[in-house]
Amino acid sequence: VENVRLLDRLSSRKAALGTLYLTATHVIFVENVSETRKETWVLHSQISSIEKQATTATGCPLLIRCKNFQVIQLVIPQERDCHDVYISLIRLTRPVKYEELYCFSFNPKLDKEEREQGWKLVDLNEEYNRMGIPNNYWQISDVNRDYGVCDSYPTEVYVPKSATAHIIVGSSKFRSRRRFPALSYYCKDNNASICRSSQPLSGFSARCLEDEQMLQAIRKANPGSDFIYVVDTRPKLNAMANRAAGKGYENEDNYSNIKFQFIGIENIHVMRNSLQKMLEVCELKSPSMSDFLWGLENSGWLKHIKAIMDAGIFIAKAVAEEGVSVLVHCSDGWDRTAQVCSVASLLLDPYYRTMKGFMVLIEKDWVSFGHKFNHRYGNLDGDPKEISPVIDQFIECIWQLMEQFPCAFEFNERFLIHIQHHIYSCQFGNFLCNSQKERRELKIHERTYSLWAHLWKNRADYLNPLYRSDHSQTQGTLHPQMAPCNFLYKFWSGMYNRFEKGLHPRQSVTDYLMAVKEETQQLEEELEVLGERLANLQKSQLNGTKVKSKQQDRSKQSGLSTSSNSLANTPQEYSNDLKSFPSRSPSQGDEDDSALILTQDNLKSSDPDLSANSDQESGVEDLSCRSPSGGGCLPSEDSGKDSDEAVYLA
Amino acid sequence: MEFAELIKTPRADNVVLHQPLSQALEGTLCLTGHHLIFSSRRRDNAEELWLLHSNIDSIEKRFVGSLGTIIIKCKDLRIIQLDIPGMEECLNIANSIEALSTLDSVTLMYPFFYRPMFEIVEDGWRSFLPEQEFGPLSLMTTEWRLSYVNKEFSVCPSYPPVVVVPESVNDEELRKVAMFRQGGRFPVLSYYHTKNKMVIMRSSQPLTGTNGKRCREDEKLINATLRHGTRGYIIDTRSLNIAQQARAKGGGFEQEVHYPLWRRIHKCIERFNILQESLIKLVEACNDQSHNMDRWLSKLEASNWLTHVKETLTTACLVAQCIDREATSVLVHGTEGTDSTLQVTSLAQIILDPRCRTVRGFESLVTREWLQAGHPFQQRCAQSAYSNSKQKWEAPVFLLFLDCVWQILRQFPCSFEFNEQFLIMLFEHAYASQFGTFLGNNENERSKLKLPQKTMSLWSWVNSSEELKKFLNPLFEANSLVIWPSVAPQSLLLWEGVFLRWNRPSKHLEEAQKETVRIINVNKELQVKVNALRRQLAELETNG
Repeated sequence: VENVRLLDRLSSRKAALGTLYLTATHVIFVENVSETRKETWVLHSQISSIEKQATTATGCPLLIRCKNFQVIQLVIPQERDCHDVYISLIRLTRPVKYEELYCFSFNPKLDKEEREQGWKLVDLNEEYNRMGIPNNYWQISDVNRDYGVCDSYPTEVYVPKSATAHIIVGSSKFRSRRRFPALSYYCKDNNASICRSSQPLSGFSARCLEDEQMLQAIRKANPGSDFIYVVDTRPKLNAMANRAAGKGYENEDNYSNIKFQFIGIENIHVMRNSLQKMLEVCELKSPSMSDFLWGLENSGWLKHIKAIMDAGIFIAKAVAEEGVSVLVHCSDGWDRTAQVCSVASLLLDPYYRTMKGFMVLIEKDWVSFGHKFNHRYGNLDGDPKEISPVIDQFIECIWQLMEQFPCAFEFNERFLIHIQHHIYSCQFGNFLCNSQKERRELKIHERTYSLWAHLWKNRADYLNPLYRSDHSQTQGTLHPQMAPCNFLYKFWSGMYNRFEKGLHPRQSVTDYLMAVKEETQQLEEELEVLGERLANLQKSQLNGTKVKSKQQDRSKQSGLSTSSNSLANTPQEYSNDLKSFPSRSPSQGDEDDSALILTQDNLKSSDPDLSANSDQESGVEDLSCRSPSGGGCLPSEDSGKDSDEAVYLA
Repeated sequence: MEFAELIKTPRADNVVLHQPLSQALEGTLCLTGHHLIFSSRRRDNAEELWLLHSNIDSIEKRFVGSLGTIIIKCKDLRIIQLDIPGMEECLNIANSIEALSTLDSVTLMYPFFYRPMFEIVEDGWRSFLPEQEFGPLSLMTTEWRLSYVNKEFSVCPSYPPVVVVPESVNDEELRKVAMFRQGGRFPVLSYYHTKNKMVIMRSSQPLTGTNGKRCREDEKLINATLRHGTRGYIIDTRSLNIAQQARAKGGGFEQEVHYPLWRRIHKCIERFNILQESLIKLVEACNDQSHNMDRWLSKLEASNWLTHVKETLTTACLVAQCIDREATSVLVHGTEGTDSTLQVTSLAQIILDPRCRTVRGFESLVTREWLQAGHPFQQRCAQSAYSNSKQKWEAPVFLLFLDCVWQILRQFPCSFEFNEQFLIMLFEHAYASQFGTFLGNNENERSKLKLPQKTMSLWSWVNSSEELKKFLNPLFEANSLVIWPSVAPQSLLLWEGVFLRWNRPSKHLEEAQKETVRIINVNKELQVKVNALRRQLAELETNG
């Protein structure tokens, strides 16, 4: 479709004219400007909603919202074209079969061997070995081979040595969806562990001997402690309501030596609505500070993030400080349980704060334990009520921690953002389906590529320059501040306003420091080369022979390439009042005064948004249409009368 | 008066000190004329706390049995608690602190007694003299001149003796204009944009009154700043409504009919008690330990502090945009021209002028646009967020300005020569200091107090190389361009370094700072080494 206009969400004045293409996998918008031909690519799988708005004189507006929080506003001249695009997109963005997804057609030109190597990058057996398992207390169980006991669990599950197959099967029958207690994390320093399961089918009074034995076995696997915590991550009210349906929570009287604890994290529906509300705030056209803060509070989003963090902190504390094992569950044990176990693991173990370790963590607590990626992130067309930003919240928890512990993580914010992007993109096979069983049936490993290999290949882009493996923050358990430090939790504009580059700091400290470090490395190499040459020269001069030295300066000083990744900086619309001033039009394109400065480099090779949006003049925004003063337009010519009050009040 | 009269109990033992984020300490408390000193002599390490009485914003006392407790709230927003055994001692100490922290006479303040322990390389009182600052401008243009019309402070008591005005307007005319502007604050040059010769001027409101009085000299003065065929903007920092109301009290604004070459824009920047209340609410929210997440955000919102930041910054950006993008000159004023006007003109300069983003440039900016321009520091900073008394002159105008600078610094972390600590230090010294820089309300008062002769300048201390090190931004790379900050709510954050300084653990953030410095230092050292080797090599090659 030609002559389509791509509107800038923040400024009505800036719109790009171009051509819209629909392919089997992408929506592509190419600008008409001949030198740049700027392209905007959007994967169909990223699109969360398409909205056709009322036709105006200029054309038919189409609003596309994406799961990575990009919002694209198009105006298509012909109503009929718009309708066609709309209908096609509706179909294209709601695939019904896995085979329609991008990862089955995505080909990064790697051979078979490289692909296999890629899938081997993260190996969970290796991970449990790293934790020190199997050992005297824990062993691998094959009870779930062929997914006979629990179809949403992996085939290889780690359980206490004293838990026999009989106990496991018995316990599984007493748990929702047969998700019996299994090991998530083991702390080899003090034998304390984190186990996970679903809720027990206790109803008001039901008991299960095997389940009680199972919990007993977990306690015995930690000889240093005489009880275990059972953490139910639901609000107490929700858990009680479940009892009426024959489910519920553990009765302390029936289980010997447990301490039961509720930590209220709301369910997926509350979270979905909360995100929705927050995104509405992010989308406000020019919100006042009050609109924004009030909307943020009203969404409850940060409160939920804090609840997840608090649960993680509680568990990490129990394991690290008290040396007590913890069993975590919610209802089915695949959403809140995954969040809380992985946050706790990451607080406890510095390995998970490295790039590789973080991949392992997601693979362990999310992918292998049957987090329902397909349902939660709507990869295939499905029940919209199943969709919820569960892993988004986990990723945000990590960002909140990065803000508090800037030196503790090997990776940077970009790493998190790109993982979030690919959870929805379906470009790689890692997050397809709802369980390991389904993925194996689809032969994901043979037919698609692994995200982890892709990220690993580009790891230089994801490094946190402040990370040093010998730094104090990288050692041991992280101790974030607990309540009441609410102010530690902040809105993550880098994620939720990710595509509004103008809102972000214009100079990136991370990129700056990375450039410095790179230069340092080059200097070190040069130092060595120079040292050698000097030594040779001195030697040869001693020998009295003239050596023709190569004058070429091999290692020309690299310098910080500040201009290579620069972003033009222009003023925003600080006031409407300037618009109609009869002077000259604002010189927005002036090359000479656009600030060339280090900024977040959005053209990194690894960036999934490579083509998404390289806005050269971000940051132009309508600011004053809400401002209490002077919002009115000035007359274009000077009236010369003393009627200015009325005009300004308009 | 002898301070000793005010100190009945100069010393108390077995006092327990509670400070934010650290464990309680037992030690000895001493009171001197200007300080409260607490020292704990534990075997492992002795800790001392020196607190200026003038830093104390308010104190509360409580008694449980014979154990007295004094809670001291400081102007730098810290709260400390002292448990003092003995009712009488405690009462005496509380009374002394109360008296010593609210001394009436400026000349009893610590700066008049302070003797510096550092070597003075440069007298800060003479670092930023107007003549000196005008030098570079006089080389570029002959359109502006220095005027000494106010050398006796008789034309405008809150202006400095020397101001910069258009060449074509003589002193006699300036006197007439002064009569037409509130407090005699006639329009003067604030900033000259070298790139396109546009200027920012500032003044107070014109005294038009209800019947629209005019003043030809005033019109001539501001028109003299326009180039042929161009127009200018008048940014009034009050809402139109307030500006109109001001006419009833003899004030007002420039009527279009008399100033046809100027367009007026009203932007509302709050001042006085509204700002003060906003600060009080904000600090209350930051100190409240009891509430949950939701209440934190709504309290932050209700304080309106960030709204003030946004409005102030937006107006400054608008001025900068007029100058740099629209190529028009600007006159800024509110009512008195001593508060919001100065915020706007100084922030606009930070956006426009790379020099203002250096340490010296910023010091010069504070000197020119705040101290010499007559921002009444003594009145505004007499009390901070814990004041109970509702005096009407206090307002955190300067703090709000520093907050806005911090917001820009955060968005352009590599474009400033100074760091956040520098801004925090200025905040502290504006409220309580051993230096005389922020005493008095204007140059007139300062010269009467003989501050340059009797006290030390803050700049003498800051600019000593030992101190300066702490305030340098390791990421600084000179950026000669205009920097346009974002003023969207998502881009403006709470300034934690000030408002959560005493509530937020900062160890990890400081470590990150140190690591940053280390990375950059390693790089610099290597550069030096490589350069030395290169030179050596080159020499050998040419010799050999």
